[in-house]
Amino acid sequence: MKISKLQELLGAKVITGEENLDKEVYSAFGCDLMSDVLACVTDQAVLLTGLVNPQVIRTALMMDMVCIIFVRSKVPNDEMIALAKENGIVMMNTDKTLYNTCGILYSNGLVGTSEVAK
Amino acid sequence: MSDKLVFRFDVQGDDFTSAGQASVQVKKNLRQLGFDTDTIKRVSIAMYEGEINMVIHAGGGIAEVSVCEEYIEIVLEDKGPGIADIDKAMQAGYSTAPDSIRSLGFGAGMGLPNMKKNSDSMEITSEVGVGTRIVMRVNI
Ligand SMILES: Nc1ncnc2c1ncn2[C@@H]1O[C@H](COP(=O)(O)OP(=O)(O)OP(=O)(O)O)[C@@H](O)[C@H]1O
Ligand SMILES: [Mg+2]
Repeated sequence: MKISKLQELLGAKVITGEENLDKEVYSAFGCDLMSDVLACVTDQAVLLTGLVNPQVIRTALMMDMVCIIFVRSKVPNDEMIALAKENGIVMMNTDKTLYNTCGILYSNGLVGTSEVAK
Repeated sequence: MSDKLVFRFDVQGDDFTSAGQASVQVKKNLRQLGFDTDTIKRVSIAMYEGEINMVIHAGGGIAEVSVCEEYIEIVLEDKGPGIADIDKAMQAGYSTAPDSIRSLGFGAGMGLPNMKKNSDSMEITSEVGVGTRIVMRVNI
């Protein structure tokens, strides 16, 4: 699924990485605990989270994730925007909750991590 | 060999905002050196977990990454409180992180096991009241 499709499904607002909206992604991971993101080492491409701090971006970078979607209209600060821009990460936000965001993407074919690993 | 490449970082402990910066830089450097994505990811995760630990548990420290012929070595050294029971600290789920750290997305007690998982060897030496030194190697 193209990242632009995620944006469309969620009615999300693109904050950074406009140039990478055409990238294809196959799996996503949703949580507020970066410890969990780091411990699940499979090919996650998209991070859905309600946590907003620079470690969200650094964690995504460490895991080779290409897209971060903030739920409940959370807004990243300037430092986070600069960090995401510098690294070509697509950052978006949506007004939906984490649960609903996951549900919408999952039911449209974007699966979870372990299902891709199998 | 004497011509090994070494990257050294001062990891600040007073400001959580910058935690993880050194690991981001190391990842960039390793990419430039042309290492494969799997090796880079393992080094990145192992170092990042260790770097965050130094910030949240030890008030910062020194991180040194050496690119050797057969492995990449990560040394993390701090003058923090030390770890009294290393076996216990290595258990998944064991954490002394306060709630303030949990609200930042860390403190699940998964970092040390994850460092072990992503490295080919890991050695912890620690003395209470003196500090902690962790040496990890990822084979190339
Ligand atoms: N550098 C350090 N100095 C002192 N204590 C440490 C250090 N690193 C780890 N510890 C101790 O070991 C425990 C376990 O560390 P570990 O990284 O596994 O979990 P955590 O940091 O608490 O949570 P997480 O890594 O999931 O965010 C910590 O809670 C802390 O008590
Ligand atoms: Mg930790």
